[in-house]
Amino acid sequence: MASKKREVVSSGNELAALAARDAGCKFFGGYPITPSSEVMHEMSDLMPEVGGVCIQMEDEIAGVAAAIGAGMAGVRTMTATSGPGISLKAENLGLAQMAEVPLVVVNVMRGGPSTGLPTRVSQGDVRQAKNPSHGDYRSITLCAGNLEECYTEVVRAFNLADRFMQPVFVLTDETIGHMHGKAMLPTEEEVKAGIVPRKTFDGAPEDYRPYECAPDQPAVLNPMFKGYRYHFTGLHHDAKGFPTEEIETCRKLIQRLEDKVMMHADEIELNEEFMLDDMTGEKGEILIIAYGSVSLAAKEAIRHLRAQGIKAGLFRPITLWPSPATSIKKYTDMIKNVLCVELNIRQYTEEVERVSQRLDIEGLYKVNGRAISPYEIVNKVKEVF
Amino acid sequence: MAFNYDKYLRLEKMPTLWCWGCGDGVILKAFVRAIDKLGVSRDDVCVVSGIGCSGRFSSYVDFNTVHTTHGRTVAFATGIKLVNPDKYVICVAGDGDALAIGGNHTIHGCRRNIDITMIVINNFIYGLTNSQTSPTTPQGMWTVSQKSGNIDPTFNATDLAIASGASFVARETMLDPKKLEKVFVKALEHKGFAFLDIMSNCHINLGRKNKMNSAMENLKWIESITIPKKKWDELPEEEKLNKFPTGILKEDTNAREYCDLYKEVIAFHQGKRKTITQDDFEKKI
Repeated sequence: MASKKREVVSSGNELAALAARDAGCKFFGGYPITPSSEVMHEMSDLMPEVGGVCIQMEDEIAGVAAAIGAGMAGVRTMTATSGPGISLKAENLGLAQMAEVPLVVVNVMRGGPSTGLPTRVSQGDVRQAKNPSHGDYRSITLCAGNLEECYTEVVRAFNLADRFMQPVFVLTDETIGHMHGKAMLPTEEEVKAGIVPRKTFDGAPEDYRPYECAPDQPAVLNPMFKGYRYHFTGLHHDAKGFPTEEIETCRKLIQRLEDKVMMHADEIELNEEFMLDDMTGEKGEILIIAYGSVSLAAKEAIRHLRAQGIKAGLFRPITLWPSPATSIKKYTDMIKNVLCVELNIRQYTEEVERVSQRLDIEGLYKVNGRAISPYEIVNKVKEVF
Repeated sequence: MAFNYDKYLRLEKMPTLWCWGCGDGVILKAFVRAIDKLGVSRDDVCVVSGIGCSGRFSSYVDFNTVHTTHGRTVAFATGIKLVNPDKYVICVAGDGDALAIGGNHTIHGCRRNIDITMIVINNFIYGLTNSQTSPTTPQGMWTVSQKSGNIDPTFNATDLAIASGASFVARETMLDPKKLEKVFVKALEHKGFAFLDIMSNCHINLGRKNKMNSAMENLKWIESITIPKKKWDELPEEEKLNKFPTGILKEDTNAREYCDLYKEVIAFHQGKRKTITQDDFEKKI
C-alpha cells in the first residue's frame, strides 16, 4: 500500500517515538524503566520540536495519568513503559477504558513477574495486555514484529485509539526495542494523510450527549475548553457522563464497551501469513504460530525446514487482542501439525486452543530471558511432528 | 442582592449526596463565588476531583470536569494544564486523596510549581468509607480502623506543601465563607502551584465517635485548633502545640512556573535559544 518509502537507520524504541510524532502526538507522560526508556528520551526531543510536551512524571501512575489528562483535553497522547510499569498504570488504564479516553501505550516487554529480568527479552505481558485492570472491557493490543512495525503499529495504534476511543497497546520487546538497523518507513506525508482524528460533535452545546451513541459505537468526546462542558468519571455514567446507578444505563454502558470493539474486530485485525499460500491440508504440513520478535526466528526456521523438504509456514497475528479467531481457525482446521512459539508459557497458545477447539497444539516456550533461535524451532518441529 | 449560584451549578444534580451540615457545600459555594468574582468564563475552567466525598465536587459545578482515580488529581491536572497553559485548572481532593494515596503527586505538583490550584478539603477522616484513619486524623481520636484510638502521627498539610516548593500556600476553615472566597480568588490569581488546606467538618463520621455530635460541635473544635497567622506569629512555641495557623502562609510571586519553563524547552528545541543552564536559575541547587 505504501508507495514511497523513506530509509532510516534507527532502533525500535526510537522508531516508536518517531511514529508518535508523525501521527500527530502532542503529549508524552512517562517514567524511566528499562527497556523502554529510549522512547521517552526520543520523545523529550521530538515533542517540543513540534510544540508538544514530554514530561517525566514522579512515577508510572502519574505518567499515564498525565497522558490521559492530555487525552481528555483533546490531544493525541502516549505513554511508554515495560511490564512493572503497566502493573502500576493498570488502575488509570481502567479509567481510560471506562471514560473512553484515547491513548497509546507502548509496552517494551522484559522478563517478569515482578522486577524479573529488566534487560532481557520476554513476551510475558501478552495475557496482561488483554485485561490490565479490573472489570469488563475489550483491550486492543497490537504487536510489532520487526523494526518497521515499531513505527507502523504505533501509527495504527493512534488511529485505532481515536476510532474506538480507548487505550491501545503496542507490544514490542527488549529484542526489538533495542534492535538497531535499517528500516523502510512510509513517508511523513503518507502518515499524515492517513490520520483519522477522533469524531467530535459540532451541534449546540445543550444538545451534546458525549456517551449517547449507538450500542456498537464509542463515545464522542469533544476537546475541553471549547464550550462543551461535560463530565469524565470512572463511575458508571449516563449520556452526559454523570454518575448513575440506573440499572439499564449501567448494563448498556458495559455492554457497549464490549460491543464497540468485538462487533468491529475486523477493522482491527491484521495478520501476516508467511509461506502459507501453498498449504493444502495434506499430511506433514506444519503451521507455526508466533508473533513479535519471535516471528523473525520462526521465518528463518521455516526457510531451513523448507530447504530440508518440510513444508512449514507461519501465521503471525499483528493484532493480538481481539484475537484473529476466524483466521486462526481457518489454518488450524486445515493443518494438522501446529506449533506455537512464545517467550512465555502458553499465554497465546491458550487463545489458539480456545478458538481452534484443539488440545493437541504443540508449544515451544522460553522464559529464561533469551531469544529463541531458528535452530531451536527447527529442532522442536523435528522432535514433535 | 443575594448571589445567584444557578449559572455555575448543575442544578439537575441537586441535591448533592453530601450529608446535612457538611462543609463541602460551603466550600463549593465559596469557590463558585471566587470564579464569578474573577469574571472567568465557565468554558475556561477545569475542575479535577479525586475519590471520596470531595470527589463528587466536580460533578456539581458546570465547568469542564473530571472525576479521576483515588489520589491522582494533580497528575491528571498536570496533563490537562500542560496542553492548555492559559486555562484555569483546579484540583479538589480530600485529605486521604491528597496526603495518603496521592501524597507523591501532591509533593511533585508543589515542586514543579505548575499553575494549578489545589483545594484540599481536610475533614480529618475518611468520611465516605465510614471513618477510617486519615493522615490528618488527630492522634487519640477514634476511627473504625483504630478503635483503640489512632496512634498515627498527624500530618500538617501546609508544612508539606511549603517544604515541597508550592509558591502559594494557605489554610482556611469553612467557618468563614467570606475568607474562603477571598483566599480562592488569591489562589486562582496566583501564577504557580497554589495549595489550600481547607479544614472542614465531618460530624457524621468523625464527630459522632469523638464527642462532637453535631456539625456545630465539630466546627467549634476546628475553631479551637486554628489561629490566624498574625496572632500565630506572635505566639511562643509552646502555645503553638496542637494548633494550626490560618491565612496565607506562603506567597512567592517570583518562583518560576512550570508551563512557562517548558516554553523555554520548546524554544531550545525549535532553535530559538541556547541550552538551559544553571545560570538561568536563581536557586541553583
